[in-house]
Amino acid sequence: MIDLKSNFIGIQTPNPFWLASAPPTDKAYNINRAFEAGWGGVMWKTLGEAGPPIVNVSGPRYGAWHGKDRTLMGLNNIELITDRSLDINLQEIIQVKKDWPDRGVVVSLMVPCEEQSWKDILMQVEDTGADGIELNFGCPHGMSERGMGAAVGQVPDYVEMVTAWCKQYSQLPVIVKLTPNISDIRTSARAAVRGGADAVSMINTINSVMGVDIDTMRVSPTVGEQGAHGGYCGPAVKPIAMHMVSEVARDAECGGIPISAIGGVSNWRDAAEFMALGATNVQVCTAVMTYGFRIVEDMIDGLSRCLADRNMASVDDLIAAAVPTVTDWAKLDLNYVVKAQIDQDSCIKCGRCHIVCEDTSHQAISTQINGERGFEVIDKECVGCNLCVNVCPVEDCISLRQLQAGEMDERTGLPVSGDYRNWSQHPNNPMRVAGE
Amino acid sequence: MNTTKSSNKTQDGIVSQRLSEASCQQHFSDLHQPLTKYGALVEADRCYYCYDAPCQTACPTGINVPSFIGMISQHNNHGAAGKILTENIMGGTCARACPVETLCEQACVRNHEDDGPVRIGMLQRYATDQASQDQVSFFTRAEPTGHSVAVVGAGPAGLACAHAMAVLGHDVVIYEAQAKAGGLNEYGLAAYKMVDDFAQKEVDMILSIGGIEIRHGVRIGTNLSLADLQARHEAVFIGTGLGQSRRLNLADEQAHGVENAIEYIHDLRQTERLSDLPVGRKVLVIGGGMTAIDIAAQSKLLGAEEVTIAYRRGQEHMNASDHEQAFALENGIRLVFWAQPIKLEVQSNALVGVEFASTQGDNFTLSADVVFKAIGQTLLPLEGNLSLTSGRIEVDTEQRCSVDGVWAGGDCIAGGEDLAVSAVQDGKVAAKSMHQWLVCGQNQTRQSEV
Repeated sequence: MIDLKSNFIGIQTPNPFWLASAPPTDKAYNINRAFEAGWGGVMWKTLGEAGPPIVNVSGPRYGAWHGKDRTLMGLNNIELITDRSLDINLQEIIQVKKDWPDRGVVVSLMVPCEEQSWKDILMQVEDTGADGIELNFGCPHGMSERGMGAAVGQVPDYVEMVTAWCKQYSQLPVIVKLTPNISDIRTSARAAVRGGADAVSMINTINSVMGVDIDTMRVSPTVGEQGAHGGYCGPAVKPIAMHMVSEVARDAECGGIPISAIGGVSNWRDAAEFMALGATNVQVCTAVMTYGFRIVEDMIDGLSRCLADRNMASVDDLIAAAVPTVTDWAKLDLNYVVKAQIDQDSCIKCGRCHIVCEDTSHQAISTQINGERGFEVIDKECVGCNLCVNVCPVEDCISLRQLQAGEMDERTGLPVSGDYRNWSQHPNNPMRVAGE
Repeated sequence: MNTTKSSNKTQDGIVSQRLSEASCQQHFSDLHQPLTKYGALVEADRCYYCYDAPCQTACPTGINVPSFIGMISQHNNHGAAGKILTENIMGGTCARACPVETLCEQACVRNHEDDGPVRIGMLQRYATDQASQDQVSFFTRAEPTGHSVAVVGAGPAGLACAHAMAVLGHDVVIYEAQAKAGGLNEYGLAAYKMVDDFAQKEVDMILSIGGIEIRHGVRIGTNLSLADLQARHEAVFIGTGLGQSRRLNLADEQAHGVENAIEYIHDLRQTERLSDLPVGRKVLVIGGGMTAIDIAAQSKLLGAEEVTIAYRRGQEHMNASDHEQAFALENGIRLVFWAQPIKLEVQSNALVGVEFASTQGDNFTLSADVVFKAIGQTLLPLEGNLSLTSGRIEVDTEQRCSVDGVWAGGDCIAGGEDLAVSAVQDGKVAAKSMHQWLVCGQNQTRQSEV
């Protein structure tokens, strides 16, 4: 078993599994339970400035998107930042940090976009002994209507400005939490870098409407007779989050800024994927809100074995391991040719590969083998699109076979070239760069 | 039934009240608990929505199984029921009584995996039950055409034909020998497959289309002739089923304790109190089909101490599916193979045992106070000039008989499969052909003869 100890911008934790700033990290009670279960660190639920407490709705705060077997695929929420007083939160942070010196405690913050507001709260947080601060520039509901959260995160200049204030008025490491509700996340990440951020965390929740009750013709869930958009998270958002993480990880202007990844991390495999795409650690919320804190045990065991199986000495070996493989479409090798092949022994003859290829793709799968029901790839038509692989209900029944250099591609009637050639070099590209 | 129900003790081994009525009711409750909403959604989700689905091909009525299951998973149970009933008006009975393990579920591609086929029958029941509960109607009768057709027999074939013809606007008169409609659904299927008077509920649903009149107590060949029907109606559909149980052709077949399985089940299905039925202590069933399993299981459930099915050939030759055989074994029924009955052992005109010749060894005798004959049935004699093949009515692919203007389907035809679902398909196919014949002119020559 490999030790999972993690170093995130100088914050040492026994593992890279953190709880995201969210309902599970709102109180010392929950956080003590999380640390007892084995979590490496927590992002304390966002604190606001001193004054009258935040008021949440007393109706439903969450809505869910379920798979057909009621697997919770996505969750949305309209909960605001902590609705407990600043003083109580600060007192609890002091105690928790004392009780759990080996764990990470970072405090999430959101105050009005005024220098003095940030200055005030930064000093108070620094006195708690917390390991760092996370700037909540992502919350897409409620607080954004008051000029905070995503309202800041969507304006790169504000991101840079507030980040700079925080660096100016605090000794603590500053993590900027990015909103995905923006056209290109790199612009916000770059702004954070310019402001001096020590790390970025992403993604915050995605604007979402969960559904409509078509019996009452009301958006759902409803608070009273109306509903409002919320922030979407959970397994459903993972591919979106991974894209954003990888874009920042490979962005030169971001300069390799450490990333704390958030977005549908439910198990060690998800964590490993995010880390391979450049994240130093991961933050979890929906999965613990679905199953409880105990899932971290399985995550620790799984990731440790994952590293051992791959001859990795520590999580550092995993971080960004796959980043060099992420590129732009224009760099993809157009001479790479694959054909689908169906393993007849494991084929159950459901015919779905055929019908999707026939109706929606390239008419490259036939329905008869020796006069009987059976499905075979027609190499002459197959473009290797992978759709049949994706829709096949049997894992590994359909695979893609790479044509070797010199082998005839029956579709084009040409032998496969062994040379790498991308679009920028392609003769059909009028903009091609000669000799590149 | 040659017993007296009022008597507690009709013969040493054959008595009523073997079990309390409460026990009987418990034993004869629904064989399979219907799926709950959640159970149905989970099961529906298992369907791969196959292209050119093998289950649909395997269904004699061609129900679009992936489509109706997909509708269930989209919470459109009424749509699902509509899909089912459009192809098979007796989708409810078939969901309960079809040997799905040899039809749709056998064809399910999920059989290639570890977790077994999608439970298509149970899903079909779920959808049709929902629609029935909600009293949804799926059919509208066309404007009356003025054409009048006769249907002989209100079983699955006859009712399917009658319903399809009524939908098309024709007037239908069904001539039925029994007091109730439904045929074997009402009188023949095992009671635990058809609880809560389902057969009659289904009949009511079918008749609700309008335009169908049923005349009970009329039996073709007895108090009704084909010629009469042809005189009264423009077209005739025969769906009489098979009326007559096959005999063993052994001496003493009239002895007390020698019973026809079909007749006993007929009484069982109609009785008010199951515990009043006379039940043997040692029951022997001769046969290898579904009826043999049904009578054996029901005897056991009524309290028979020992029940044995003796079949003249091997296990693999039984018409009863593996599933049915397993069901028998689970109910404590013994199966004996390669046993050909050669002598009924009778004392004082009452059965005491049956001697068998075995192809596997010496002859042997099994003691029994009741022997049920479940070796099939034959067509009751029909007058008229209908051609028969192997003793059953000969039909073409459109269910047309050798006599113009007469169609037939269900168990009474040559090649009939003794399945409700096949009978329904026969009725459906016949109706299409009859409609063409009525609408396009009765003198039109058969296409196959052109």
